Amino acid sequence: MLNVVRAELVKLKRASLSLSTLAAVLFITGLSTSLLFLLVDSPEGNGREGIRISRETLELATGLSLSFSNAAGLLGIVALCIFAAQTAQEYTYGTLRNLLVRQPSRMKVLIGKLIAMKLFALVVVVSAGLVTFALSYLFAGVKDISTQSWGSSDARADIVRTFINVAVATVGYGIFGMILGLLFRSPISAISIGVIWNLIVEGLLSIFVEDLARYFPGQLLSTVALGGTEEISYQYALFTSYGFLAAGMVIVAILFKRRDVSN
Amino acid sequence: MLNTAIDVRDLSKKYGDRMAVSHANFSVPMGSICGFVGPNGSGKTTTIRMLLGLITPTTGDGHVLGEDISEPEKYLPRVGAMIEGPAFYPALTGTQNLVVLAKLGGFDTQLVQGLLEKVGLGDRGDSKYKTYSLGMKQRLGIAAALLPNPKLLILDEPTNGLDPAGIQEVRALLRQLANDGATIFVSSHLLSELEMICDQLVMLREGKVIFTGKTTELLAAQQPMVIARPEHLKDLNKLAEIAKSLGHQMSILDDAVHVKGEKDFAAELNKAAFAAGITLSSLAPVQASLEDTFFEMTGDQ
Repeated sequence: MLNVVRAELVKLKRASLSLSTLAAVLFITGLSTSLLFLLVDSPEGNGREGIRISRETLELATGLSLSFSNAAGLLGIVALCIFAAQTAQEYTYGTLRNLLVRQPSRMKVLIGKLIAMKLFALVVVVSAGLVTFALSYLFAGVKDISTQSWGSSDARADIVRTFINVAVATVGYGIFGMILGLLFRSPISAISIGVIWNLIVEGLLSIFVEDLARYFPGQLLSTVALGGTEEISYQYALFTSYGFLAAGMVIVAILFKRRDVSN
Repeated sequence: MLNTAIDVRDLSKKYGDRMAVSHANFSVPMGSICGFVGPNGSGKTTTIRMLLGLITPTTGDGHVLGEDISEPEKYLPRVGAMIEGPAFYPALTGTQNLVVLAKLGGFDTQLVQGLLEKVGLGDRGDSKYKTYSLGMKQRLGIAAALLPNPKLLILDEPTNGLDPAGIQEVRALLRQLANDGATIFVSSHLLSELEMICDQLVMLREGKVIFTGKTTELLAAQQPMVIARPEHLKDLNKLAEIAKSLGHQMSILDDAVHVKGEKDFAAELNKAAFAAGITLSSLAPVQASLEDTFFEMTGDQ
């Protein structure tokens, strides 16, 4: 299994993937943080779905991590794309047969790939966190928002909690991408279906149909990243979303183990 | 001591109503270079995939290096393979691609440079795979197959895309590996290739094994032939009739009469044609190639 992880990391560490991922993370976190701080006095709102997050809220100990948790959904989409592409490309490139000749245990290949991609996702989350925190201080200065409580022990605890939640959510999105990759065996199909499902289907339906967000994995993972909401508790979001993902992984693992590798 | 590297019994693979491989029986002796030959779509790659545990047989069983093919993890660490052409990650370099496979198989990554040099890619290891020519991709595929220092090397069409010099190099490499004790199982539709390097042959047609044995046995089955070409095309059928009347099997192909017979028959045919007023523009006794023999056995053209 460790051999699979090591082999997978060679692919994930390649400059084109690392740099493009870093660029995407910089863009997403930069956008999320700048909107949150620079539009703080805007009547149209500065948070997700037009929610207004006040200057006073940003000055609280939890203010530093707010833009980080807000960016989790988009970080999740990045993870979804990477996990889906890295999985499905083995079919389109025909490289799966090479992998399975060198490591015939298909479960080891699957779990090893998952572990390696989780490690990659964690690096993405850490990078995103660092960029967000740096930008938060920068924009707070620009908008004259007090950062006095951001250095408190409460703030540090909140940062750790937010980091864990965002990491759990991002990895969850990634697992969703891997499931789609194994199911569709084509990066383009897996990514487009994953993105359309999360951003359009789930997003629109949960706005128009009450309570539907409780049953959508993407919405639940966003809730996990936020540490729970008034409507959906953290525990419910965590267990339900990961329950869906576990069921999906079991199904695709059985398919992966039994399917003939004929391309 | 194990005598056979590959042994399959009644091996079949069915896709829907189509039998890709039908009740195949053959064995490959240890230390041999065995050619696996058949027209496109005859089931060669499907058989190889079953041997490598990539697809599950519908019926039958097989053993590779003494282990059951249902447990590929027991023998694949000693097997090198290139299946249906090379397949690598385009964005990685040749070296990185081999490092991925070396790490996956738990092999020493220090082997990679040596293998690249062995297949003539020593100075192109740092180039991305997507910039490689077909021949270079093929060489990288062979290098990847050599990673485990294999006891058994399974290569599917390894000379595809190689120039004549590259084909010679691969041929020499396979001989060298066989001399070092490895068993080589190599598929190709280029029968002349296999005739030159293989001491064993397995022939497949429409999923069925139609010949298995030593190449020399197949060569012994080859019949000598005399090819006679009349000066005037109008005499072609008359010349064929003459050959037939002399008690020989014949066929007309490419404006010439192909007659089964020893080289001594050439003189007899020449005399008979002359007596009938036919001038021959060429008359040549030939030994049918392995390819001709194969086509005769399979009925293909």
